[in-house]
This record gives sequence, structure tokens and C-alpha cells, in this order.
Amino acid sequence: MQTQNNGEILPSGNAFDHVRIARHPERPYAWDFIERLFVNFIELHGDRRFADDPAVICGFAKYKKWEIFVIGQQKGRDTKQRRLRNFGMSKPEGYRKAIRAMKHAEKFGRPIVCLIDTPGAYPGIDAEERGQAEAIAHSLFSMATLSVPIISVIIGEGGSGGALAIGVGDAVLMFENSIYSVISPEGCAAILWKNSAEAPRASESLRLTAGDLLELKIIDGIISEPVGGAHTSFDEAAKAFDGALEKALGDALELTPVERLRLRYNKLRSFGFENSGGLMW
Amino acid sequence: MSERRHMSWFKKKNQRIESVPAEERRVKTEGVFEKCPECDAALYKRELEESLHVCPHCGHHFRIGARLRLAILYDEGKYEELDAEVTSNDPLDFVDTQPYKERLEQARRRTGLPEAVINGRGLVGGHLVMASAMDFSFLGGSMGCAVGEKITRNIERAIRARASVVIVSQSGGARMQEGTLSLMQMAKISAALAFLDRARLPYISVITDPTTGGVTASFAMLGDLNIAEPKALIGFAGPRVIEQTIRQKLPKDFQTSEFLLEHGMLDAVVDRRELRDWIVRALDFMYNPEVHFQPLKPELPLGNGAGTLPEALLGSQDEKPEEKSEAEPEVKS
Repeated sequence: MQTQNNGEILPSGNAFDHVRIARHPERPYAWDFIERLFVNFIELHGDRRFADDPAVICGFAKYKKWEIFVIGQQKGRDTKQRRLRNFGMSKPEGYRKAIRAMKHAEKFGRPIVCLIDTPGAYPGIDAEERGQAEAIAHSLFSMATLSVPIISVIIGEGGSGGALAIGVGDAVLMFENSIYSVISPEGCAAILWKNSAEAPRASESLRLTAGDLLELKIIDGIISEPVGGAHTSFDEAAKAFDGALEKALGDALELTPVERLRLRYNKLRSFGFENSGGLMW
Repeated sequence: MSERRHMSWFKKKNQRIESVPAEERRVKTEGVFEKCPECDAALYKRELEESLHVCPHCGHHFRIGARLRLAILYDEGKYEELDAEVTSNDPLDFVDTQPYKERLEQARRRTGLPEAVINGRGLVGGHLVMASAMDFSFLGGSMGCAVGEKITRNIERAIRARASVVIVSQSGGARMQEGTLSLMQMAKISAALAFLDRARLPYISVITDPTTGGVTASFAMLGDLNIAEPKALIGFAGPRVIEQTIRQKLPKDFQTSEFLLEHGMLDAVVDRRELRDWIVRALDFMYNPEVHFQPLKPELPLGNGAGTLPEALLGSQDEKPEEKSEAEPEVKS
């Protein structure tokens, strides 16, 4: 495991432990952090195209001295809520709402904070009919040139394209026990090992923990969690989040829009092949 | 020498000639005919090649490889292959039931391809086009870091040379064996396309059977024009995943090109035999040097966060295409 934040060594564990904690039913969700960190949050609904997707929360809020825009993927706490939030699996209208929200924030020059927590984009007939792939693609496309700062934080599950769709940012942070993966460990195990029970092994191979991803330079920092996981104390988790967010936001705001776009692009450009980027500037 | 002949003489003598059981007896037509999986017609291979691997009877589109795809696209079949040296470096040391390095090695041997995408540079209807064609036969056309890198390089090359981009998709999605790094290629390519868009250079996305997952959810859906070959499987989630999630049978024609056309996701479904002409016509319309690097609106001075385009894409007066070789490609067959 990596050292981060104040240099302390974060507790170690095997990758599948992180998967379990990231999916813990008592884990703090987007709302729990919005309540604790931001004031005067006003939620905005709808994608202006088809519907409002309750799996994605959008709204503006005050955070310290800043007006910010918050986009969060929200899971449900009880059965009724889970159904309403579709287990945190967004449909195309959720991503289109997010894109609309981002353009709104850009127009008024306000930074964006994205809270990522989804098993993945919803795989269903209606989602396909309405262009799930197009919605995700368009979000990635839009975020690349958005002139305002974007801070993306993976608070729980970073499930593949559904997570990445709001995960492009000037700083990408992960909670210590959150995960970020190209495919669920179960899905990977079912395909490569022909047995979904091999998920723990797949979890190791996929390098999906915060420590792994910091090492691979996919993320910029790790937010420490209380011992045992964020679900043991929402307040403590929120406090660590607060510190990391204030710093990341402050840093991103110091840059000019052109510098931000350049750095954002060059970072994306370095994934997989270092020093290959910068061709455009 | 004579000794060896002698030996083989004896060997042959000992070999028994086994009669082929009646049900296995067949006239050997392998390599001469191919059967159409749609209409069962036996197609003479030469004839099939001439019709660009489309069944002349029922119009079924056979899957074709990346190099043939580029040869069909480019003028007189001539293009220069680029970035062949960009191959996967197994960044995670991934091992499942078999090491990923071995899988890569096998795929290279089996397909003769360096990776799941081939980059080309050449002329299409006289327009300079950077094209990337994916190949499903190479690890399911999956997108790892090398695929992402190659496609991104071709897009950047197009921006520098004021050229157009064509990407032919054929992929199961992001490559699992490169984990989250594969996922990031979606964002990387989409970002490059966002800057191509700002430079107002054309991008045509050609979607072929099958295209799913992270490829659909990034560059395949981001064309100025998105077109597909008939009856291709195109989707975000694969049909099996959806069936398992919703526990019901999927409607007929679900996730086909025609389904996507009906739902407004495609500009057109185009027969492979007309694809090249279609693309040339579209490039004639879209490729307009007068608009390259010109912002759509004059930039407004906005404070606090909002701002202007990166300078390189504002098309300042002194900027010229970088290298002459980019504008005038050397072509080979």
C-alpha cells in the first residue's frame, strides 16, 4: 500500500478486501458527503431531453469560499431507495444531465466536483435504445475541453465506463478503500477464468485498488479512511475528504484555463505510454 | 541421400491406408468456396473477394481484417502503415489462466498483425486521411494502451497535417488484461477527438460487426458522422450481459445497425460496396480549409475560470502544417 496525504502508511489488505469495503452497504454515499461538506446545496433535475435520472445527483453548492457545482452518483440505502437510484447505475439521461450541468458550470465559470460511486452504467434495453454508449462518449468528449476546474473523487465503486464518464479531471482522487476497474472482478473472472468465484484472484490481477492506481499514475492522490473503512465513521471520512478537496480545488484554480486543459490533456496522453504526449502543444 | 529415400520407402510400406468413413467423405473445396452463413449459398472465393466480402446473393457482410479494410478505403488501395512499432508492453504483468504476454504472442502469430488496430496514412478521394482500422481477430479487437496510443497518434497527426480522420471500429471493448489503463484510453482518444473537433477537421466513424463496450462508449459514437455496415452488432453492454441483468429475452434485431439507425444513433447504414464512395462524398462536403482552426465565434474575454481555446487550436497566422511529409504522404500498396 502507498503512503499519501500526511505520509502515514495506510493499512494493507488484499485487493478483494477493498472490493468488499467499497461495496459495503453502510458505506457513505454521495449525499452523505454533500451534507457534510457543502452548504446551501440546491439540486437540479433532468437532462432536458428525456427524463431525470435519480442515479445521478446534480446541483450547486457553497464550499468554503467557492461556488461549486456537484455531480454525484448516488446509491440507495434501503430497498426502496436502491430501486429509485437503480443501485447507482446511471442511464443515458443521467450522463446527459451531467453534461448539461457541466456546461452550465462552465458558462458561469464555476468549478466542478464529481463524486463517483457506481457498479457501472446500466446495461438494459431502454439504456441501449437511448444511446448509453453515446451518452458516455459525449461526456468524455465534453470534459476534455471544459475550461473550469474538475475534481473527480471515487468514493466507492469506480465501475468501468460508467464511472469514467464523470471521471476525467484536473485531479482524480480515490478513497483508500474505493476501487476503479475496467470490469467487475466477477465479470473478469467469468470471462478469463470461466468462473466468477475466482473474483478475488481477478481483483489482484486487475490492479484496481487506490494504491495500485496511484502507482500507475492514473490517480493523483488517496484520501485516507478511518480504520476498518469509511462506513465506521462518516464524519471522519468527510474530514479527510475535506482536506484533500480543498487542496486539489485550490491548486486547480490557480491555473489559467489554457494551462488546465493542457495539463489535463497531457495527463490523459501519458496513460500507457509515457512521454508520448504533448504533440499538440 | 539414397539412404533416406530407402528409409522412406520402407516407412511408406508400413503405413496403412485407412478408408474414410462414408459420412466424412467430401469433395475437397476448401480454399475455393466459402459458404454464406446467412443464405447458405456456396460462394466462389474469387467472386467473394471481388464483392469486398459481401455475399452477392443476400448482402451478408463477412468480417474482414484491418489491412484489407484500409486497402478498400484508400485510393487505389495504397496507404502507408504507421505506428506498427507501438505494441502492448503488458503494463500490469497480467496473468490469468495464461500469461497475457503469451496471449499477445499467439495473437501476433495467428493474425500477422502487431496489434488490434492498424494505422494508415494516404489519400481517400484525393483527401489526406489518417485512418485507423481495428481487427476483431486480434484478441477480440480489444483496446489496450497500444490501441489507444495508436488511434490518438493518428488523430494528433491529422490535426498537425490538417487532415481528416476515419476510424473503423470492430472491438469487444477495453482490454481487461491492461486493467484501468485500458479504460483510460477511452478518455484519451475522446480528448484527442475533442481537439480535432475544435480544429474543425472531419472525423468519420465507421462501425462494423461487432463493436461493443468501451469502444462504442468513446470514439465510435463521436464521429461528425457515425455510419455502420448493415446488420452489425453495436452496443454498449453485450447482449449476454443485458440478458443476465434483466432476465428476459432481447427483442429481435436489438443492437443491430438498423436498430441504432432507427433510434437516432447513426447517420446512415452503408453497404460495404458503397462505403468508399460514401466517405469520399462526405469528405468533399466536410473538408473545408477555410474553416480549419477558426473558432466558431470570436472569443470573449471571460474571467474566473472560463476562457479561450488553447492557442495552438486558435489557428494563429504564422502556424503552418508541421512537416511536408505529413501533407504529401509516401504511399505504398
